[in-house]
Amino acid sequence: MKARLLTGGEAVAWAMCQIDPDVVPVYPITPQTPIIQHFAKHVADGEARTEVVNVESEHSAMSAAIGSALAGARTITATSSQGLALMSEVVYIAAAMRAPIVVAVGNRALSGPINIHCDHSDSMLVRDSGVIQLFVEDAQEAYDTMLLAVRLSERMLLPVFVCQDGFTITHAAEPVRTIGRRRVQEWVGDYEIPFALLDTAHPTSQGPFAMPDYYFELRHQQVAAMDFALPAIEELGVELAEITGRRYGLVDAYRLDDADCAFVCLGSTAGTVKDAVDELRDQGRAVGVLRIRSFRPFPEDAIRAALAGVSEAIVLDRADAPGARGPLYTELAAALYGSDIALRGHVYGLGGRELHPQDVHDIFAGRYDRFVGLRSESCLA
Amino acid sequence: MPPSELLSWQQLPLGGVVEPDIALRPLTGSYRTGLKPEADVEKCVDCLLCWVYCPDSAVQLDGTSFGGIDLEHCKGCEICAEVCPTGAIEMVAE
Amino acid sequence: MSRLKLLAANEQGVPPLGAGHSLCQGCGIPIVVRTVLDAIPGKKVVISATGCLEVATTRFPTTAWNVPWVHVAFENAAAVASGVESGYRALRRRHRLDEDITFVAFAGDGGTYDIGMQALSGALERGHRFVFCCYDNEAYMNTGVQRSGATPFGASTTTSPSGEVGLGKLQERKDMTAIAVAHHVPYVAQAAASHWYDLAVKADRAAAALGPAFLNVLSDCPVGWGHEPRDFKRVLDAAVETRFWPLYEVVDGQYRLTYEPQEHVPIDAWLRGQKRFKHLFDPKNADLVRHAQHRVDADWERLLALCA
Repeated sequence: MKARLLTGGEAVAWAMCQIDPDVVPVYPITPQTPIIQHFAKHVADGEARTEVVNVESEHSAMSAAIGSALAGARTITATSSQGLALMSEVVYIAAAMRAPIVVAVGNRALSGPINIHCDHSDSMLVRDSGVIQLFVEDAQEAYDTMLLAVRLSERMLLPVFVCQDGFTITHAAEPVRTIGRRRVQEWVGDYEIPFALLDTAHPTSQGPFAMPDYYFELRHQQVAAMDFALPAIEELGVELAEITGRRYGLVDAYRLDDADCAFVCLGSTAGTVKDAVDELRDQGRAVGVLRIRSFRPFPEDAIRAALAGVSEAIVLDRADAPGARGPLYTELAAALYGSDIALRGHVYGLGGRELHPQDVHDIFAGRYDRFVGLRSESCLA
Repeated sequence: MPPSELLSWQQLPLGGVVEPDIALRPLTGSYRTGLKPEADVEKCVDCLLCWVYCPDSAVQLDGTSFGGIDLEHCKGCEICAEVCPTGAIEMVAE
Repeated sequence: MSRLKLLAANEQGVPPLGAGHSLCQGCGIPIVVRTVLDAIPGKKVVISATGCLEVATTRFPTTAWNVPWVHVAFENAAAVASGVESGYRALRRRHRLDEDITFVAFAGDGGTYDIGMQALSGALERGHRFVFCCYDNEAYMNTGVQRSGATPFGASTTTSPSGEVGLGKLQERKDMTAIAVAHHVPYVAQAAASHWYDLAVKADRAAAALGPAFLNVLSDCPVGWGHEPRDFKRVLDAAVETRFWPLYEVVDGQYRLTYEPQEHVPIDAWLRGQKRFKHLFDPKNADLVRHAQHRVDADWERLLALCA
């Protein structure tokens, strides 16, 4: 298995090229642009035969994606930030209509003010939409997770969002081991859905109008599907590992077995935290990291199991909720309710502000209140 | 329908997809408010204008000839009576 | 066989849009939909925007559609159609499908002129092969007769009502047909629900076009316009005869009238008999009627010049 030097964006584009989807409707937005640009070049060079549809907005990208996915064509798209916000109306509908669309997200802060750098506010905007959301730590995982996402979306008949940190992963090059195109084609197989619009011999009406007598039950199908996604993510992870040699589950537990304190976070920050945790371990502190991969469905059981031995969890949120607490903190608190684990929540990295290893040490030592690195008149501890 | 006759979530088709062959087709004839169309076949010249202008597909065809009016779905809009060139359709009391 | 019988025969016993929907008595929309779909040979897939047509025909668990049909949201019928059509092209290219299918998107004037315009413009520009048919009843009827960009000058709607001081909508309506023509697509046409033959020919030509086709079809709304359902043909005929709604087509940029009224019929014939224009016949509003007549005359001259 060869290693190529690829950015996260290039790695996703490479995976897409090997998957060779039928339709890719896209609209550009930083920092997702390398994905669609590299992919467009792959198509232009005949390496994939995808219909690339350069739509006129992200709202239309997701709308066209639903159209092609329900027509009977394998469909992938990509977006970030404002684009995800603009298409959010249709994201909910894609999940409700059970459209298996894979969406590569380059996580970027939501306006305002307008900012092109990384935070998780965009993904958090659609956390209740009914789509599956997986967060990757690096370009390698971005590549592998795109492959997993195709099978996962088609098994669950739900959109799957593969989220990678904007710039930090999308634009940073690292060695990425890829498998061959033939193995990818064998892995993804044929695209099949129960009710294809283009199957004119069996007409269906899709996207109905529902009154109060049916809305609740129609939406509950999605709740059930999300529950079934939990074991599906693990099963497909095992199956893919047989081909790639790399296995991913619902969570990534790092040095948690004998940990007394655990950092909990999403995405590439885990890399920084793991480095700081290694230093803390060298100093004799029993610390570990729980990186959550599957944010939706939120894997409560896997989280409780991973944190079974800790007495304190420090949650790092790369998104905030004015008037309430960070989303990851809130969901973790709900998952851990009733346990003895002390919980501390921090908000960091909004608008792409870097988190350095020293910051992690400072957080651990209690030198920050809730907002890490915020310049404020009131003194920091 | 009373709640007990409604489907449970497990019984619902995936994604709310409705298949025409098994879907319900409400009887919209209840929209009528006292008048119904009556066709005098003697006067009918089989022009099919009533058929093309019926919003409810209630003018039935016999091949490509006028084949009667489906009163279970006719809403009594009276367009057929208005457009019929020979006055073959009249609105009469129910 | 008469032309109308040919249309009937094309249904092959199964209307594409059948009975059992809850559209109003005398609604023009299903007349448009069936005429258009019956005029197009072969298999069809329909994409609907949110609106009267969609809501009234697919209340779960019912459907009045007998052809494949999809609805996603209000503003994106053209984008969804782009996706379906792209999927179709991809599957045909890869030989996973070998059937010819025509894609027809239906949207009201709201989902075409206003909230739907962006997606429509994009789809026309990209050249997808599909028919976009607007059933133009000149307001957001499904939600209670609110004004749209298609609402004509002087019309009273629930968000531009006539009243003690209000005079109805005082903006001109958009010329959406001209906007479509400006996208340089192979076929654009203006038609009316009342003229079935003209509409059927246009639908057939639209489907045959090797690229996007746009049909703007005037459709009456007894509730929103304020007339008896049975006056469907009389009201729409007046729109055509007064030249308020000319019937024409634009084939590869070439304009052609498909119907030329022989007499000059004053705009009053269109305005009277619809409650939404009643306030215009208050003597103090006479200049509004004159303005409306002037606009119709000027637009007609402009259209004639384009057809020359």
